[in-house]
Amino acid sequence: KTEASSTCRRVFVTTNLLIRGAMLFSVGVFLALVLNLLQVQRNVTLFPPDVISSIFSSAWWVPPCCGTASAMIGLLYPCIDSCLGEPHKFKREWSSVMRCVAVFVGINHASAKVDFANNVQLSLTLAALSIGLWWTFDRSRSGFSLGVTIALLATLATQLLVYNGVFQYTSPDFLYIRSWLPCIFFAGVITMGNIGRQLALYEYKFIQEKSHQD
Amino acid sequence: MSFDTISPGDAFKLGVLGSVEKRSLDAPRRPVLGRAVLPNGRELTPPARMTLRKQLREKISAAFYRHGLLCASYPVPIILFTSASILTCCYPLLRLPLPGTGPVEFTTGVRDYSVPSHEPQGDLGERPDWYRGPPVAYIQQVLVKAAVSPWDSSLVPVDVFRSPLGRVFSLLEEIRNHVHSDSSGIRSLESLCLQVTDLFPGLRRMQSVLPEHGCLLVSPGNYWQNQRELFDSDADLLKTIQKHEPKGLHTSATLRDLLFGVPGKYTGVSHYNRKRVVTYTITVVLSSYDARFLGSLRARLKQLHPSANCSLREDHMVHVHFKEEIGIAELIPLVTTYIILFAYIYFSTRKIDMVKSKWGLALAAVVTVLSSLLMSVGLCTLFGLTPTLNGGEIFPYLVVVIGLENVLVLTKSVVSTPVDLEVKLRIAQGLSNESWSIMKNMATELCIILIGYFTLVPAIQEFCLFAVVGLVSDFFLQMFFFTTVLSIDIRRMELADLNRRLPAEAGLPPPKPGPLRPREVPPPPRPSPHTITLQTPAFRNLRLPKRLRVVYFLARTRLAQRIIMVGTVIWIGILVYTDPAGIRTYLAAQVSEQSPLGDPGGAGLPPHLGVAPVFRGGDPTSTLSIHPAPDPTPLPENQSQGHHGPARAGLLPQAPPAVPQITWGAEDEEGWRRLSFRHWPSLFSYYNITLAKRYISILPVIPVTVHLSPQEAIETRHPQDTRHPPPPIPKVSADLQTDLTLYKVAALGLAAGVLLVLLLFCLYRVLCPRNYGQNGVSHGRRRRGDLPCDDYGYSPPVSEISPLLLRGHSMDIECLASDGMLLASCCLAGQIRVWDAQTGDCLTVIPKPGLRRSSSSSGCWEQRDGWDGVGGATEPECLCSEAHGSYVGIDGLSEEEEGYPLRRRTAPIRPTLFNDQPDLTPLIDTNFTSQPPSHLLSTPPRAGFDFGGLVERAYMEHEPPSPSAYTSPSSASSSPPTGAQLQRRPSLGDIAAALPPERAPSSGPQADWESSVWAMELRGNLIAAGRSSGKLELWDAVEGSLRCSNEDGVSGITALAFLNNRIVAARLNGSLDFFTVEINKPLCLLQYRGAPLRGSVPPSPCYSSEDVISCQLTRSVQCAHHKPITVLRAPPGGSSPAARTTPSGFIVWRTRVVSSPCRVTLEGSQPYTSTRQWFWRVEGRTAPSACGMSSQGAVSAMFTVTAATSPHWSAPPPASSARDWTTSSVSGTAAQGSNSTPYSRKRAAAPVWA
Repeated sequence: KTEASSTCRRVFVTTNLLIRGAMLFSVGVFLALVLNLLQVQRNVTLFPPDVISSIFSSAWWVPPCCGTASAMIGLLYPCIDSCLGEPHKFKREWSSVMRCVAVFVGINHASAKVDFANNVQLSLTLAALSIGLWWTFDRSRSGFSLGVTIALLATLATQLLVYNGVFQYTSPDFLYIRSWLPCIFFAGVITMGNIGRQLALYEYKFIQEKSHQD
Repeated sequence: MSFDTISPGDAFKLGVLGSVEKRSLDAPRRPVLGRAVLPNGRELTPPARMTLRKQLREKISAAFYRHGLLCASYPVPIILFTSASILTCCYPLLRLPLPGTGPVEFTTGVRDYSVPSHEPQGDLGERPDWYRGPPVAYIQQVLVKAAVSPWDSSLVPVDVFRSPLGRVFSLLEEIRNHVHSDSSGIRSLESLCLQVTDLFPGLRRMQSVLPEHGCLLVSPGNYWQNQRELFDSDADLLKTIQKHEPKGLHTSATLRDLLFGVPGKYTGVSHYNRKRVVTYTITVVLSSYDARFLGSLRARLKQLHPSANCSLREDHMVHVHFKEEIGIAELIPLVTTYIILFAYIYFSTRKIDMVKSKWGLALAAVVTVLSSLLMSVGLCTLFGLTPTLNGGEIFPYLVVVIGLENVLVLTKSVVSTPVDLEVKLRIAQGLSNESWSIMKNMATELCIILIGYFTLVPAIQEFCLFAVVGLVSDFFLQMFFFTTVLSIDIRRMELADLNRRLPAEAGLPPPKPGPLRPREVPPPPRPSPHTITLQTPAFRNLRLPKRLRVVYFLARTRLAQRIIMVGTVIWIGILVYTDPAGIRTYLAAQVSEQSPLGDPGGAGLPPHLGVAPVFRGGDPTSTLSIHPAPDPTPLPENQSQGHHGPARAGLLPQAPPAVPQITWGAEDEEGWRRLSFRHWPSLFSYYNITLAKRYISILPVIPVTVHLSPQEAIETRHPQDTRHPPPPIPKVSADLQTDLTLYKVAALGLAAGVLLVLLLFCLYRVLCPRNYGQNGVSHGRRRRGDLPCDDYGYSPPVSEISPLLLRGHSMDIECLASDGMLLASCCLAGQIRVWDAQTGDCLTVIPKPGLRRSSSSSGCWEQRDGWDGVGGATEPECLCSEAHGSYVGIDGLSEEEEGYPLRRRTAPIRPTLFNDQPDLTPLIDTNFTSQPPSHLLSTPPRAGFDFGGLVERAYMEHEPPSPSAYTSPSSASSSPPTGAQLQRRPSLGDIAAALPPERAPSSGPQADWESSVWAMELRGNLIAAGRSSGKLELWDAVEGSLRCSNEDGVSGITALAFLNNRIVAARLNGSLDFFTVEINKPLCLLQYRGAPLRGSVPPSPCYSSEDVISCQLTRSVQCAHHKPITVLRAPPGGSSPAARTTPSGFIVWRTRVVSSPCRVTLEGSQPYTSTRQWFWRVEGRTAPSACGMSSQGAVSAMFTVTAATSPHWSAPPPASSARDWTTSSVSGTAAQGSNSTPYSRKRAAAPVWA
């Protein structure tokens, strides 16, 4: 009986993991597409632009990369939480997650559309916003450190990509990239981690109930 | 603190604590406070150590309390006041342009026109702020109306437009070659016009039509590259024109509109033009404005082609400002943010619970946020800050920043206040509970926004300003509007509860019992028998396969349908909004056509339905006489010069349509208005010039009237024109044909929609369980939280968890035992009742053994049971509250209103003053139903009741009290209720003499009957009862007779357990006694009664009434525990003689469901002390905790409470497992039912395995 139940649990955990990964992936792809659109400079083209081409205004590999990254992050967060043995309890509800996503999109929006005096101001503002995002929706040290780490890694990767000429920024101000990129990465990591934790809550609850039942 | 000495204030405090914990569970923003709270919601803090923070906190709390009282007391005036202030604050919004991409106009005079300067000037009043600097271009339109007149019957339809169109080339020539020379030099069009270069890449197909590398001058002649030869050699003009039209349904400005300058159906270029007037424009786009050149051009054209009755005003030029265009690239992020916003609002309002109208409150919450935003914009406008940000873009972020949290927290806090309080007090308490956190959050947000303000980025500053004002107004609205709405809602809920209960109490036939009875909204326990489903949905759901769970998730949320619906709505909205040929422009055109302002003297009617057709059928001469009349400035030379006058006059006797009439109306003044508002932007966009955020100036149109003679028309005819077949369907115009395509598209769309619906339906059938929404009326649309549901929110359709009220006990329940089929309960009065756990019927009543004498009148009990059976299911509460009112003077109505009259009755009874006094609470019989009215009437002459004996009994435990003084044998025999009263109120009187002789049938000795039952166990139809005197009794559960008793022990029996044919009794001194039950008719043991509900329990032996049962102490384990044993458990198998005990030193946690309004009772018992902490809290009316999920939360909440009260607090026990939960819920429910108070005594709840 215990074998059966443990097998059942394993199957459940695996499927849950897959489902979560898929959901996170799709969320990441979607956000990448949308936010990329935000970054595209607005040239008012009065012709109805070709929808498909404008959606895929970036290279084809960008959305899958973002999706994969977000899936990894979203799975990593609850994993680290469980490793540390402290399930994240702060504001675990979907409305808060939605708020977080909205703020993340808003940060992107601000970075794309608001005219700042100089890049330093822009970067500082975005950094403050990102920290505020973390403080409002996460407040866990593990989340913060993970976010910083991943943001730094992603920044490095972007630097390398740009250095190798895969793509480029119009007006780089931080070596090869824009200086606000780490902030955006950080905010994105926090957001995806938030979503991932919320999704993982179901599995957590299930396991809890299961153990109770046993 | 003993349970018994709990005071109303304490009870209240606990309620408040409960609400605090509630908040802390869901949104742990605030530390849980184990601090004392005054009954009015203020915290009780020692003044000496009161810090500033606490002072502030207390003040805020008090202020919120008062405010809550105010709001709940005067709801209507406050709502009116709030609405008025909202409207006042929104009033400045009327001056703001509506958001959208539509262009904005500003009209100036032509005469004193000068290019506006770049610098904003202060005193310009109405001048809009975009009217700065030179425009992108000046648009000069030459509006040509041409007709072949008189119309000859020899002419073919093509003649209607061929020669008029041909005139465009000469006009173009004229315009191009016009040169104005004066003192300042020679100016030609080339020097003034807007020079364009290449077309936008990607528009190669238009290269042949649109001008490149030269003046931007468009006219219908562009179709033929402005070459007369090409035009003349064109065999089919219409085909040429149609060639460039996009296929399909076009929504934006078409090339035809661009070149003709008037909407397609006004051009008259078609075979079916019955008016035979062709209208087109030559559009000249100028880069700089030269009044003299334009004036001379105007004069020249007018001179060449004078317009007779033209009264177009020429003194106004219109500047049109174009907003930013929203392309798909911008639209997608926008839509995304809105989707996120809606998801946020959805997930937020979903949490509103336990209110009367969830939708209403959700709406109120959304209204609060929206109107606070509107107020903020209005206020900002009032103080001179005009929004420059795109309102639609920042709106979702503003909503997210302001948030719905406060509203939800308020709701939660208010609904978690004790339900028996007045509405006013509940609101006030709820507000006051959350006051600190609300203020703190608001201060935090203001700080954050302030920081944002100092980024000194204009856009962010503006955003922050709006957010600040929005936050403040949102706070205002929450405090006034939402709180009031909430109070109204709660009042409605209580009224609804009352109404729902009233018909049930009116003695109507109880609803048909059945497992699939339609679910009612659970909060008030409905006193009708129905089943208890032991399995909560959570456990059932756990066994569901995953795919089913996914499907259930989809089915429950209807994700697919909702997404598709939302998508469709958004799509339609976008279509309607952005379609230039759509509703907006159509409506605008309608309005402008029909508005009396732009329609002086009826001349504004469009030419195709205007004056001409009206007069056509009338007297031809009247046409002449009337028609020139509206002409205010008939130029005599025009009439003489033009050849149309005589021509027209000469042809008057002809058929009316023979004279194509060229009329000029007000609508021609600004003919461009009939074009799509995308017209100019698209024209300029072809040359990669954007008009977004810029403006163009449209100069007054130059009217040109051209009349052509039939000879001219025939001359310009193409050889193939005459061969053109006559119009096949003369009645159907080309416009109608285009309309037809529209209809076709509409029909197609409709079909697609139907298909979509069918597809969705199929999906629905596939995805959803077949009986979805059928089992249980409102299952599909049940409110979340009404029912326990699993994490996925799905609860299986058939599970019914309804409380089963078991009424009958007059005092607090002491013991409870159940084997699944039967349920035995014992109250403090010593009365044991046996219930059918399935139906809730009271099977047996075993009175207190000391009063066995009344078994002679056993009919009393039967009578009473019958009374219970008929009306007892519904009546007693009502009756008792009335009786209560008559006795004590408590308002009966309020008693009924509160939904839980039971608690109210008990809370005030327990004073906190006399801790050292014995607790008399159990002696108070609040069930007055048994008091016969006749008895009441007989007593008034005497000075009320004599409670002397009652109190005496409490003081002297060992002295048997005396029965009631009022019970005479005659009354006992005459009226059965009196008999019941006799038995149930043994201590009221002092007639001791009447009793002893009649106590004969009682087998127990004299001393045992005042000893209370401490433990009870049920097995089969045997009830084992352990008394405080140490006596073990075995009762027949069905017949209610005492089968045997054993008095080997002296110490009180605290716990009992059945082990096969043995009974284990745990005594107060920690010893364990094993009794052997012997039945001397062993055959009967072969009969087994099945226990269908608990398969693990071995079948219970059934004892027949003839059996003689004996019970002997076989073994005794002394000092099995050092402390009194409170919990005794026999292993379920029953074969092993081992008994598990729990020393009471270990704190045993018990959770129980009292009723469907789930109150979780937690108890911690201390060793060697009879004091037990009783905590109850109202979890809320509905029980999301019933699935056991939040029972753990309740336990964890208990930690804080108990840690404050119990000094040596051992390790927290593991959370009660869900299985125990289910078992305890049964007995807990029963305990509530049979008890008159929600407090249940020590062993009332089924023990929980720790």
